[in-house]
Amino acid sequence: MEIFVTALTIFMLAVFVGFEIITKIPPTLHTPLMSGSNAISGITLVGAILSAGSQHTILTTMLGFIALVLATINVVGGFLVTNRMLAMFKKKK
Amino acid sequence: MHQATIINLSYLIASVLFILGLKGLTHPRTAVRGNLTAAIAMLIAVVVTLLDQNIVGFKVIIAGIILGGAIGMVLAVKIQMTDIPQLVALFNGFGGGASVFVAGAALIEVSVKTKNPELHLTVATAVSGLVGAVTFWGSFIAFGKLQGLKFANDVRFSGQQLVNALCALSAVGAALLVIYNPSSVIFYWLLVIVGSVLGVLTVIPIGGADMPVVIALLNSYSGLAAAATGFVLGNNILIIAGSLVGASGMILSSIMCKAMNRSLGNVLFGVLEPTAETASADEVYAGKVKSTSADEAAMLFDDARRVVFVPGYGMAVAQAQHAVRDLTDLLESKDIEVEFAVHPVAGRMPGHMNVLLAEADISYDKLKEMDDINPTFQQTDVSIVLGANDVVNPVARTDPKSVIAGMPILDVDKSRTVIVIKRSLSPGFAGIPNPLFAMDNTLMLFGDAKKVLLDLITAVKES
Repeated sequence: MEIFVTALTIFMLAVFVGFEIITKIPPTLHTPLMSGSNAISGITLVGAILSAGSQHTILTTMLGFIALVLATINVVGGFLVTNRMLAMFKKKK
Repeated sequence: MHQATIINLSYLIASVLFILGLKGLTHPRTAVRGNLTAAIAMLIAVVVTLLDQNIVGFKVIIAGIILGGAIGMVLAVKIQMTDIPQLVALFNGFGGGASVFVAGAALIEVSVKTKNPELHLTVATAVSGLVGAVTFWGSFIAFGKLQGLKFANDVRFSGQQLVNALCALSAVGAALLVIYNPSSVIFYWLLVIVGSVLGVLTVIPIGGADMPVVIALLNSYSGLAAAATGFVLGNNILIIAGSLVGASGMILSSIMCKAMNRSLGNVLFGVLEPTAETASADEVYAGKVKSTSADEAAMLFDDARRVVFVPGYGMAVAQAQHAVRDLTDLLESKDIEVEFAVHPVAGRMPGHMNVLLAEADISYDKLKEMDDINPTFQQTDVSIVLGANDVVNPVARTDPKSVIAGMPILDVDKSRTVIVIKRSLSPGFAGIPNPLFAMDNTLMLFGDAKKVLLDLITAVKES
């Protein structure tokens, strides 16, 4: 239970940090924000590495592997396409 | 130092970098660096996780990363900017799917190790599985709709809300089964199946123009699923990164809802139907709509000093953003001030128009938000509405009985002349006629947005 309360504390604080930052992001950047934050939500990759790598049973390894592929697509694709988009936002003199 | 300590400290560094990365996105100037910072944070989190002593098989991990990385890279490099909404929907779904499988694997491990896992673990597993499954299938349907695939066509039937409610109740029931019988992993997969059905059912009736809300919401879900997985694994970086994304998606969906003056519930479960009092298209348009030619329209720019473009989804469909840029350059060379009025829900995802205009090399300081540009329409000589409809319908201001009553709109009708570039007089998503098209100061230029713009450019050059 102790661990859970700590985790909940971290969760709540992170949500508030998120609210504070995201409200300051201008509408012009909302699409890159979505694809960038989308890539961040691929953080499940860390969990997938643990499931795939601990090789508990064949089943968990397989599940971990599928998760690993999905999460990596999410992370790599997400950051790359965000970078592509953001590089286009220029101010002309 | 203990290995676990090193890992957790590195996760802390990664969390800080994620937050700094998002902070970078608050300005176009710092945004590229912000995205890079977040990517580095992800790299740190991944590399340090490989140090975990429970990991014995690296081959599987490397194979998975190479496969996923290659697919992700190809998708990100090949995609056209007009198709960004569906790509984001797809990636979103993958994130949700990953959470489903990670939580499933964790449940299997736990159920072997112990007969009675702690309640908070099983609750988190159920949440992760349910939200992940809804995200995966909901995003998949959203992807299909945005891509224009048949299977994802809007489906509406009577009693739909009842069916959805029953499905949601079954999901809660299945979740309770998982929570109280953690050793029977079969209940988890049952929950995932119910969640999948729920994801499909809730998104399938939702129409194209409501997609910005849906994508933002699914974005939020994918973050929450990751955070729930973090609770399952007792992993702080998942919790922090997941909740940041959860918060981001929630804010975006609420911004989108406000921009349509609708509640989230109304977008998800309601149906937009013209009320009985709505004027018919004939009453609004008959004998009042003036169609013009590119040559005539070009003459309007002769004595214009300020022109405002109002882009909508029609611009994206016609891939007209480059033609818009060319016309902008041409007008600016005649000392005309050109700005862009971007409605928050124009297009198919938040900020969709801005990305397309940026792609065409239009300076971002010309892209104005609704509240900033609305007071300037009175000093605007020509407003060019490009494939937008409901977001410029003055009925929202004037008729309290209309379906879009109270929706904040761009006040283009206040400018001296309005040119509406549109294929036909067909209604927008709200299904109601737009009196703007019949106003004295409005001229219609019928046709494909790109072709009409090219004709306009030629005409302006010749005049």
